Amino acid sequence: MQFGIFTVGDVTPDPTNGRTPTEHERIKAMVAIALKAEEVGLDVFATGEHHNPPFVPSSPTTMLGHIAARTEKLILSTSTTLITTNDPVKIAEDYAMLQHLADGRVDLMLGRGNTGPVYPWFGQDIRQGINLAKENYSLLRRLWREDVVDWEGTFRTPLQAFVSTPRPLDGVPPFVWHGSIRSPEIAEQAAYYGDGFFHNNIFWPADHTRRMVQLYRRRFAHHGHGRPEDAVVGLGGQVFMRKNSQDAVREFRPYFDNAPVYGHGPSLEEFTEQTPLTVGSPQQVIERTLSFREGVGDYQRQLFLMDHAGLPLKTVLEQLDILGEEVVPVLRREFAKGRPADVPEAPTHASLRAVREVSAA
Amino acid sequence: MKLIVVSAGLSTPSSTRLLADRLAEAARDELTARGRTPSTEVVELRELAGDIANHLVTGFPPPRLGAAIDAVTEADGLIVVTPVFAASYSGLFKSFFDVIDPDALSGKPVLIAATGGTARHSLALEHAVRPLFAHLRAVVVPTAVFAASEDWGSGGDAYTDGLPGRVRRAGAELAALVAARPVGAEPEDDVTVLERQLADLRFD
Repeated sequence: MQFGIFTVGDVTPDPTNGRTPTEHERIKAMVAIALKAEEVGLDVFATGEHHNPPFVPSSPTTMLGHIAARTEKLILSTSTTLITTNDPVKIAEDYAMLQHLADGRVDLMLGRGNTGPVYPWFGQDIRQGINLAKENYSLLRRLWREDVVDWEGTFRTPLQAFVSTPRPLDGVPPFVWHGSIRSPEIAEQAAYYGDGFFHNNIFWPADHTRRMVQLYRRRFAHHGHGRPEDAVVGLGGQVFMRKNSQDAVREFRPYFDNAPVYGHGPSLEEFTEQTPLTVGSPQQVIERTLSFREGVGDYQRQLFLMDHAGLPLKTVLEQLDILGEEVVPVLRREFAKGRPADVPEAPTHASLRAVREVSAA
Repeated sequence: MKLIVVSAGLSTPSSTRLLADRLAEAARDELTARGRTPSTEVVELRELAGDIANHLVTGFPPPRLGAAIDAVTEADGLIVVTPVFAASYSGLFKSFFDVIDPDALSGKPVLIAATGGTARHSLALEHAVRPLFAHLRAVVVPTAVFAASEDWGSGGDAYTDGLPGRVRRAGAELAALVAARPVGAEPEDDVTVLERQLADLRFD
């Protein structure tokens, strides 16, 4: 099972002192956080993609390429890559390039994006969001799997004799996750292609997550990719930890109360009860995270949101130390218990290349 | 068969709830007369005020609000009653329907009603409440019932039914629509439709 972190890349004032980092500071902080993730033994770093303030990561492959050069093991991913408003041709090129530079340590998570104006800014129509996701992804797959593509569709210029370069490393396209919170169409899309499904459950009740993942698993089997338990599932998580849980609550509360996403709404207590947010001791985080399996079955990837709502870099790095040293080793051990040997691991470049070599032989 | 009554009254007891109960009784009596006695359940929005605000902020309903939304979504008929605030429905009333799936009320029979201090507000039902439910593609019964304070202590006149007459008429209209609905119609399966669309696109 893979463990990692995902970042939104928001520039948010620290509510305890009113200080707002500059974009430069925030971008550098994201890199420092990624390097820390590798240092403390995490497997994955994923960055969001946004095209409006207060978010900085508009160019994920630039950032991930830089991180790739400064890490050795970390898998670089996205959360999410906008399959609706990006040209699928550019996604095919950018991520294949990144794959070469990172020696295969790359996958990506596709999402639609929910910021209305981004669609017209990039020449698209939000009402076509699902249709864009479907058509663009179908083209992206072909660009990575066929050398020469003739293609005609609804949303972009036709392609005649187009070759996307560089070709994917070793002829193995990056593994794709489809991220969604509430659209069953996206769970269906992931199931249809036998791709991974990431449910970003961090702001949602467990029952909703369970239903979406079960739909994906059922449809994955329906489309002939294996058993429901062979489907590739990822979940989000959101934690803040201190040795004593009261200290964690006291320190995190002002960040919670003013957080851009849920601030000024439910109380910290209500939100921790209704969503996966866990604020407390490392042991509480371990227990809560292990409980995710009860709803969705044995799964492949667990990403935590650690740097948001104005938390200072120093605090985030401390949190990553706790996550890497005290939490994830226990999670690895405990999740392995009772996990049937035939439940697959998340695909990596090495595993996909091995499959390709076997099928070619 | 289930009738759900949504009341946005703020005081306890409220004249809004009183009107809601009278309307529910009228619809129930008419359905019973047709041999289709419904169960009725009242959703008091006042008790869900905090949950509705939290849903607006977080995007998901706390459990109790979730149950109320499910009840409305699954109802065979709705009776919705709001006090008139500033020439329209109350903000709480609107916010509740804002957090319900826009398709949840499609084709659903709805009786709209409102309360207010004077009969001069009665057209709020026609220029505010009816368009809201038209937007939600609900089937709104012809008689919308407005109860001004004075209606609780007066009868009809040569030109208009009194409140009890209007309540009976509206209840009967709702009952007729509810009774005419097909039983247990299956909604179209979105996933199957999508599978077909993806199959059209798929190359490999």
